[in-house]
Amino acid sequence: MRLYAVVTLGGFRRYATYRVATFAGVFTNTVFGFILAYAYTALWDERPRLGGYDLPQAMTYVWLGQALLAACALMGGGFEDELIERIRTGDIAVDLYRPADLQLWWLAGDLGRAAFQLLGRGVVPMAIGAFAFELALPGDPLMWLAFLGALLLGLVVSFAIRFLIALSAFWLMDGAGAAQLGMLAAMFFSGMLLPLNVFPGALGEVARALPWSSMLQIPADVLLGKHTGWDLAGVYAFQAGWAVALLGAGRVLQSVATRRVVVQGG
Amino acid sequence: MALPEYRLPETSRWDILWSGLRAYGLIVAAWTRSTLTYRASFVMMAFGNFAATGFDFLSILLMFSHIDALGGYSLAEVAFLYGTTGTAFGLADLFLGSMNGLGRRVRDGTLDTLLVRPVPVLVQVAADRFALRRLGRILQGLLVLGYALLLVDIDWTVVRVLMLPMMIVSGAAIFGAVFVAGGAFQFWAQDAAQVQHAFTYGGNTVLQYPPSVFGRELVRGVTFVVPLAFVNWIPALYVMGRELPLGLPAAVAFLPPVVALVCCAAAGLAWRAGLRAYRSTGS
Repeated sequence: MRLYAVVTLGGFRRYATYRVATFAGVFTNTVFGFILAYAYTALWDERPRLGGYDLPQAMTYVWLGQALLAACALMGGGFEDELIERIRTGDIAVDLYRPADLQLWWLAGDLGRAAFQLLGRGVVPMAIGAFAFELALPGDPLMWLAFLGALLLGLVVSFAIRFLIALSAFWLMDGAGAAQLGMLAAMFFSGMLLPLNVFPGALGEVARALPWSSMLQIPADVLLGKHTGWDLAGVYAFQAGWAVALLGAGRVLQSVATRRVVVQGG
Repeated sequence: MALPEYRLPETSRWDILWSGLRAYGLIVAAWTRSTLTYRASFVMMAFGNFAATGFDFLSILLMFSHIDALGGYSLAEVAFLYGTTGTAFGLADLFLGSMNGLGRRVRDGTLDTLLVRPVPVLVQVAADRFALRRLGRILQGLLVLGYALLLVDIDWTVVRVLMLPMMIVSGAAIFGAVFVAGGAFQFWAQDAAQVQHAFTYGGNTVLQYPPSVFGRELVRGVTFVVPLAFVNWIPALYVMGRELPLGLPAAVAFLPPVVALVCCAAAGLAWRAGLRAYRSTGS
C-alpha cells in the first residue's frame, strides 16, 4: 500500500513540474470554456430548460467540463501514451519483472496525475467561468463531497478504459490508433460535446448507460444536485460496477498478453 | 600559396523556395511510407480524424434536433460556416499541423539536428512526423460543405461562386500563419503547445458558429487582433447575403487574400525572430 501511495505522490509531483504546460493548458481550457459557454447560451436562449438544466446549470456544466477535461484525460494525455511506448519498445519487460502489480502501479501514478490536473488545470478555469457567467454551484460542502466521490469513481473508470486501450498495443504494436479511437469515444460519450441528457431518444439512453458517462455527466449531475439520497447511492453503484468490470477485463487481458506475446526489443 | 577561390553556385530566391518545397516533399514521402507500415493503426487513425471532426458536426446536429435556428442562423447556414472553416483548417493542419511538435524538439534538444541540415528549419519542422491521416479532416469538412451547398439558400452569382475557392485558400493560409506563429512562440515558451491549440482548434470551433452567438469583444478580437474572421465569417456571410459582423461594409468581404498575405508575412517575421532567439538546451 505504501508503495502505491508513493507512486501516486510521484505522479502528482511529476506533472507539477510542467509549469508552463499547466499554464498553457489553463489558457486553452479557459478559451474553450468561453466558446462553449457562448454556444450553449445561444442554444438555451432558444430552448430554456433543455435537458432539465436552466441556464446557470448549463453554464456550470460547460465550465465543469473544462475543469475535468485534463483530470479525466478525456483528450488523452494520461499514462497511456507512455505505457504504449514501453510496450512498443519492449521496455515493458522491465516493468513485468518489478515486484509491483502492473495495473495498480499505473493506476496509482494516474490518480496522482489526475489530482494535479484537477488542481492545476481545473480550479482556475472554473473560477474564471464563475467570474464571467452566473453558475449554479452548491454552497453545501456535503454536495461537494458527494461530487468528489463521483469524480474519484469516474477517474478509476477512465483509467480502466485507457489501460485496456494501452494493452491493445501488445497486439497492434502501434497503439496510437486505438488511443485515438478511445479518445473520440471519451469525448462523445462522456458528455463533453453536449450533455448526455440532451441526446435524443435511444442514443441518449445508450450513452447514459455506457461507462464514459461516469467521467463528466454523472459528476456534473451530482454537483448540480440531481442525485441525492438513494439515487446518489444508485449512481455510485453504477460507476463502481463499471470500474470493477473494466479493471477485471484489464487483469484478464494483462495476463493473456504477458503469457502469449513476445516482447520486442534487443 | 593562394587557395583557389571557391564560389557557391548562384542561387535565387526561387531556387531556395523550390528546393525547400522539394525537401518538404521528400520528408513527407518518408513519413508517409513509415505510417503505412502499421496499416491497421493508420486506418484507425485516418478514420479517427474523420470521426473526430464528424463528432463536432454531430453535436451541432444534436443541437438542431431541439431548435430551428442558432443565433438566428439555420442548420444549412451553420453547416456552410462549418464546412468552409473545416476545409480551410484541415488544409492548414495537413501541411503545417506538425508545428505543434516544435516545443518538444526545443526541450529535448533534437532541434539542433535540424539546424545543421542544408534545408530550411521551417520546412523540416512543418514536415516532421507528417500525418497523412489528417486527410480525414479535410474530407469531413468537404462533406459538410457539400451538404450545406445542397441545402443553403444562396443567390449564386459569378462573384459568389468564385469567393468559395478564394475563401478556402485564403483561410488555409491564415490558419497556416497561425500555426507558424504558434511554432515561433514555442522557441521561447517551449511547453506551450496548448496555447497554440487555443488559437488553431479554438479558432476553428469559433468559426463553426455564427458571429451572432458570441459577445462583441470576442468578435472584435477574431476580426482585428487574430484576423480569423476573414477565414470564413466575413466572406461566407457576404456569400449568404447577410450583414457582416460589427457593421463592416460589404467590400471587406474581398479582403481575405490580402489579410492572408499580411498574416503570412507577419508569421514569417515571427518565425525568424524565434529562430534567432533559439538557444540549445544544455546544463
